[in-house]
Amino acid sequence: MSPGGWARDLRMGLRFAFSGGREGWLRVTLTAVGVGLGVALLLLSTALPNALSVRDHREKARSDYTYAPTPPPRGDDTLVIADTNTTFHDKDVRGRLVEPEGPKAPLPPGVDRYPARGEMVVSPALERLLRSDDAALLRQRLPYKVVGTIHESGLIGSHELAYYAGASGLADRIDGSQVARLKEYGSPNPVAERADPVLMLLNLVVIVVLLMPVAVFIAAAVRVGGERRDRRLAALRLVGSDSAMTRRIAAGEALAGALLGLVLGAGFFWVGREVAGSVEVMGVSVFPSYLNPSPLLAALVAVAVPAAAVLVTLLALRGVVIEPLGVVRTAKPARRRLWWRLLMPVAGLALLAPMIGKGRGNGDFNQYLVTGGVLLLLVGVTALLPWLVETVVARLGSGGVAWQLAVRRLQLSSGTAARMVNGIAVAVAGAIALQMLFAGVDADYTKDTGKDVQRAQMQLSVPDGRSVTAESARFTATKGVRRVIALSEGSLGDAAWGAESGPEKSTQVTVGTCAALREVAALPTCRDGDVFALSGSEYDQDATALATPGRVLHFSPRSDEGTDVTWTVPAGVRRADSVVDPTGMRRGGFLLTPSALPAKAAAQVGGQLYLSLDPAVPDAAEYVRNVAVSMDPLQNPSVWSATERSRGYDSIRTGLLVGAVCVLALIGASLLVSQLEQLRERRKLLSSLVAFGTRRRTLSLSVLWQTAIPITLGLLLAMAVGLALGAVLLRMTGTAVTVDWTSVLSMSGAGAGVVLAVTLLSLPPLLRLMRPDGLRTE
Amino acid sequence: MIAPAGSLLAAHDLRKAYGPTVALDGAEFSIHPGEVVAIMGPSGSGKSTLLHCLAGIVPPDSGSITYDGREMATMTDAQRSALRRSEFGFVFQFGQLVPELTCVENVALPLRLNGTSRKEAERAALGWMQRLEVDDLRGKRPGEVSGGQGQRVAVARALVTGPRVLFADEPTGALDSLNGERVMELLTDAARSTNAAVVLVTHEARVAAYSDREIVVRDGRSRDMERAV
Amino acid sequence: MSIGHTLLGLLESGPRHGYDLKRAFDEKFGHDRPLHYGQVYSTMSRLLKHGFVEVDGIEAGGGPERKRYAITDAGITDVEQWLATPEKPEPYLQSTLYTKVVLALLTHRDAADVLDTQRAEHLRSMRILTDRKRKGDLADQLICDHALFHLEADLRWLELTAARLEKLREAVVAP
Repeated sequence: MSPGGWARDLRMGLRFAFSGGREGWLRVTLTAVGVGLGVALLLLSTALPNALSVRDHREKARSDYTYAPTPPPRGDDTLVIADTNTTFHDKDVRGRLVEPEGPKAPLPPGVDRYPARGEMVVSPALERLLRSDDAALLRQRLPYKVVGTIHESGLIGSHELAYYAGASGLADRIDGSQVARLKEYGSPNPVAERADPVLMLLNLVVIVVLLMPVAVFIAAAVRVGGERRDRRLAALRLVGSDSAMTRRIAAGEALAGALLGLVLGAGFFWVGREVAGSVEVMGVSVFPSYLNPSPLLAALVAVAVPAAAVLVTLLALRGVVIEPLGVVRTAKPARRRLWWRLLMPVAGLALLAPMIGKGRGNGDFNQYLVTGGVLLLLVGVTALLPWLVETVVARLGSGGVAWQLAVRRLQLSSGTAARMVNGIAVAVAGAIALQMLFAGVDADYTKDTGKDVQRAQMQLSVPDGRSVTAESARFTATKGVRRVIALSEGSLGDAAWGAESGPEKSTQVTVGTCAALREVAALPTCRDGDVFALSGSEYDQDATALATPGRVLHFSPRSDEGTDVTWTVPAGVRRADSVVDPTGMRRGGFLLTPSALPAKAAAQVGGQLYLSLDPAVPDAAEYVRNVAVSMDPLQNPSVWSATERSRGYDSIRTGLLVGAVCVLALIGASLLVSQLEQLRERRKLLSSLVAFGTRRRTLSLSVLWQTAIPITLGLLLAMAVGLALGAVLLRMTGTAVTVDWTSVLSMSGAGAGVVLAVTLLSLPPLLRLMRPDGLRTE
Repeated sequence: MIAPAGSLLAAHDLRKAYGPTVALDGAEFSIHPGEVVAIMGPSGSGKSTLLHCLAGIVPPDSGSITYDGREMATMTDAQRSALRRSEFGFVFQFGQLVPELTCVENVALPLRLNGTSRKEAERAALGWMQRLEVDDLRGKRPGEVSGGQGQRVAVARALVTGPRVLFADEPTGALDSLNGERVMELLTDAARSTNAAVVLVTHEARVAAYSDREIVVRDGRSRDMERAV
Repeated sequence: MSIGHTLLGLLESGPRHGYDLKRAFDEKFGHDRPLHYGQVYSTMSRLLKHGFVEVDGIEAGGGPERKRYAITDAGITDVEQWLATPEKPEPYLQSTLYTKVVLALLTHRDAADVLDTQRAEHLRSMRILTDRKRKGDLADQLICDHALFHLEADLRWLELTAARLEKLREAVVAP
């Protein structure tokens, strides 16, 4: 066949697709919407890596590296910058106090000029937030005048809350962590962070798992309207086109839907991109401009989708003989053979098998092997399902009329039924595997902080030079604070800390009122002036050795210029057992009541306030933060939580959840479309069944069975393959294989829910079709 | 009005419109047990609508239909469906056999809808298929049999429940005259043997000739020719 | 129907008595009207005169029905010619029914009534024929079908006329 003939036939098919009247347009539109949604999802996933890397670059470009061991000297090209991040209503606000030290001080990305003292430039989102009614507490905390905005290049998301505020006198606070002098923004010595191979694996699997059903879906979408098309093709044969030509014309028709779908997909993607710029998921937002798919991948989509449409159509017509007087499905379709269908998942497992037991420590997983293996396993689902449905349905026994109608229909066209649920089966299999993988590595990425959130929910340090008692009192008086545990902490060594060798032995010292000290140790009696030596700590073994009365110990100075302050272990030192303190630890060393601390040593201990909040006051944390900031703009009290989870893990999980919901919804929509089409085809039959008294319930039930049987089989297969894949992936990461049955069931439940929803949604049209009007022929 | 004495199914002053199209405009009808009545008339005259109303498939806009002394309008949809299942049988022109069921399963379907066990229903179905000379088709699907055979299967299905009224809407419409007549013979023979009444909608005089009398519908009005003559 | 040709045809299978001829004719073709002996006699004597048959023998007792007739070669040729000649389709241009309809229209009577009554009558005949057909053998069926198709043709004309009554009224009444 010459390429010219191909082109001619495809073109003819294209023309047919658009000249089929209202019905033709409807079919093309349905196909196009299906393909379009798939294309949009494809484009989005090709754009996602790009979006993440753009975010990453922006983040790096504006970073203020504060950890230089020796800050550069003051010059006309330096600035001092202080990290004043805060949190407002669970949203992080990136805050910086800046003080340029000369006209040539570098500007951060997205900022035109430095704000003067008392002024700030803000991100658009923060500006909106500050103007809103419920941000009064935030306005109090940021009492600066807004004089400008930070442009997109200085932000990592459309919803990011950020500000730069002018300040003065920051140089005194340079500490190598929170405050620093800079000559330039950006990481001074960028090191490519080595990606965690397990996180990479997760990413890879998520993308494959999400894209597979989309591919299956697109394949199904180009077959919308198959039965009507068959009749048209027969008419073509009647007027003299040969069999091969007819197939190519049919492919051309599918191509029309696919091409229109590409256009729609680009449109959907464009809209989705704008929408993506206006939403924030799990505290992460992006700018639409981030979501530019890489041109290569976009081109690949643009070529692959129409090509796939043509291929799928030709493949689908393989078992069909188009005769001039009608379309004949090969009378007895060859029984589906099992061996090559089994080959796929087995090959997939074989690809993954060498990586079993590799774990996190042994370098990267081979991306091609992982992708190939997962892909083959999932494609295996689509290959096995038709066989499974055919085999099982052929053996289904008798039952009620509804059951019989459904089973017979499935026996006659089990392929159609299997195709309909393929997408869902693949999505569920992939999702189950991922859920297992997540649940398995959950322990690795979720750390127990050990903090006792019952006793305290916030913690902050009292700045040096402030009275712990006074600040404690201020917080006790703050709205929403129930109790303040004030503990000053420092270290004691057996020699002067500034000396050449430093102390050989050292221990902790905690200063606080009797009430506060009782939070860290069991004290039968306690009066001001008492001193206790703690036992029970697991790692502070020196305390017992140092706790001999009369021994002179040296306080660790809090800054380099600090003087050496000594303390003699008093005769009245008593032993006490430590208990788990609010931070979840058992501390050791000495406990001193306030008057036992030498006055000179007051500067050698740093005050820590542990705050217990009143849950009845919703904004308690905000009040605390405001008081803290008024005490010192550099304060950022931390909020405790019982566990900490790695961010990377969180966003993957979110991605999976959103993706799975999108894919299932998409597949549900296509199921509905083909279901309705099937019902329309049977309109006459349905009416006549109703005429001779068939209960609507019977027919509705048979429609339900008709989807429920293949779906159940599909879900069972999906569970088997998903569990197998999940187990292999877990073994690859070196994690013990455990099955999270709740998530397996919930994913299967979601799949079943889609079927139920589709059946319910197709009931009203079914009932309408069952009206006797369908019998009218005139 | 009171239905004519001894009539099994009777209708009085039926009116039915589909939107602006008037299908029935005061039609009358009555049939006795064992009687075959042809409803004739040009296409679009309302023949099929009259049949659909009589069978309780389509409710008329006004007028009364009594079956066995009961007024159809007072029955619920479920009751009318049950009536169609157990007391009526139907044969249509086409599109009535379920393509995925075998012929014997198709014939057994009405019995199964009534709750008869599958085995028993299929045995009864086979009996009727023998009478209609299509018992050799039992395992075939409707797509594999000829039009005349399919129509005989449909007749067997209509008769399998032992209906008291058989509704046939152009039952030979899709058949050649030889097959059409054979179907009509078998249909009327079978109906007579069970004393079932047959309401036969047709526009073919030779099919109508299998009836005992005819009713002509023109512009939605019926004319009972026996009474007119 | 040509009785002469029919009897000649019956003789082709072998010589027969006049009585046999009548019986064979009645059995096969005389469903509506059996032949009288007189008809057989007069037909046979005409055929004798034309030389299409000859007398093969006479049985004792005399009478025309006792004569045995045999077909001649000329007779066979004649039958052949007859069978080969198509019958002239009868157009029925002067239909009584048409006249009745037009008259009804002219006299402002209900022409539809005329048609309906006629349809009922036609159907009555068709019912009788259908009934006979069902009870009879293949020959009965073919003969009845012939009549049924003719009646059906009439009925089609009736339906068509009924549908065009208004136009017909305009055509015949107006000028």
